[in-house]
Amino acid sequence: MLILTCPYCGVKGEETEFHSGGEAHLKRFGPGSSDADFEQYLFMRENPKGVHLERWRHANGCGKWFHAARCTVTLEVFGTYSAQTTEPPQHIRDAISARRPGWTWREFS
Amino acid sequence: MSEAVSALNAATASGVATVEEVGLRGMITLRGDLSGKAVAAAVKAAVGAGVPDVRRIVQGDQGAAAWMSPDELLLLTGYDRAAEAVAAAQDAMGTAHGLVVNVSDARAGFRVSGGGAREVLGKLSPVDFSAEAFGAGQFRRSRLAQVPAAIWANENGSLEVICFRSVAQYVFDLLRVSGETGGEVGFYRA
Ligand SMILES: [Zn+2]
Repeated sequence: MLILTCPYCGVKGEETEFHSGGEAHLKRFGPGSSDADFEQYLFMRENPKGVHLERWRHANGCGKWFHAARCTVTLEVFGTYSAQTTEPPQHIRDAISARRPGWTWREFS
Repeated sequence: MSEAVSALNAATASGVATVEEVGLRGMITLRGDLSGKAVAAAVKAAVGAGVPDVRRIVQGDQGAAAWMSPDELLLLTGYDRAAEAVAAAQDAMGTAHGLVVNVSDARAGFRVSGGGAREVLGKLSPVDFSAEAFGAGQFRRSRLAQVPAAIWANENGSLEVICFRSVAQYVFDLLRVSGETGGEVGFYRA
C-alpha cells in the first residue's frame, strides 16, 4: 500500500485518498517550440524502476496538488513537498540520497 | 416563496449507531488568506468564532468554523441566518482578496451517534477514527466509500458528516448499512 503525507494539511493517508498527476517537473514547450521539444514534452516520460518524482493531488481531502518522491519498486516514500517548485528541494534530495545513494532522475541527483 | 427542505427531510436509521440527517443548516464557504486579519474578522462577524487550526473545528456563539484546506474554511450556522452571516463576513472582509458564498443548499449533513458511531464511519473511510486519534474538535476530509466527505467529532461523542447534496441518499444508505445490527466488527473497543 502506498502511504502519502499531504504537505498542506498534514494528513497521512493511503493511496485512495489521493489522485496521481503523473510525472513531476515537466518543462512545458508550447507554441513556437521545435517539433522535437514539443514531442519530448508531450509524449516522453520517465518510467524508472526505483526513484521517481511525481505530482499527486489530495483529491479526497484538502484538494491541493503537491509533489512526492518515492520508489516505484518498494512504494517507499522519501518525502512530499510543495507544488510551487520546479525542482526537488535539497531536503528531499538528501532524504532520497540517504536511502538510495547515487540516485539520478532526469537532470537531478 | 418555496419552502426549503433538506436533502432527505431528516431521515433516520438505527442499528449499532443512530444515523440522522441533520436537516436544514446554514453552510458558508469562505476562502482567503487564513492567516490574515480580514479572514479572522469575517469568521468573527459571521459565526462569532476564531479561525480554526489545521484540521480542527471551533465553536462560536452563532455557529462553528471548520478548516477545509490551507485557503478555505466552512462556516456552519442556522439556515435562516446564512444570508445575514454571508453579508456580515463580506463586510468584514472589506477589500481583502477572498470569497464568501452560501452553500447551504449544495450540501447535506448527517449525525452518527451511539456506541458504534466510530465503527460505522471506520468501515467506510481510510481514516483512523479511534477516540485517541480522532477526538472532539478534530475535522477531517476524506472519502466515504466512493464519494468525498468531511467528518468531525462532537464533544458528546457523536460524529458528523457533510457531503454534497447530490450524493445524500448514497451516503445515508452507506451509513445505514454500515450501522446495521449484526455488522459489528468490534475494532474500536471502548
Ligand atoms: Zn491535504
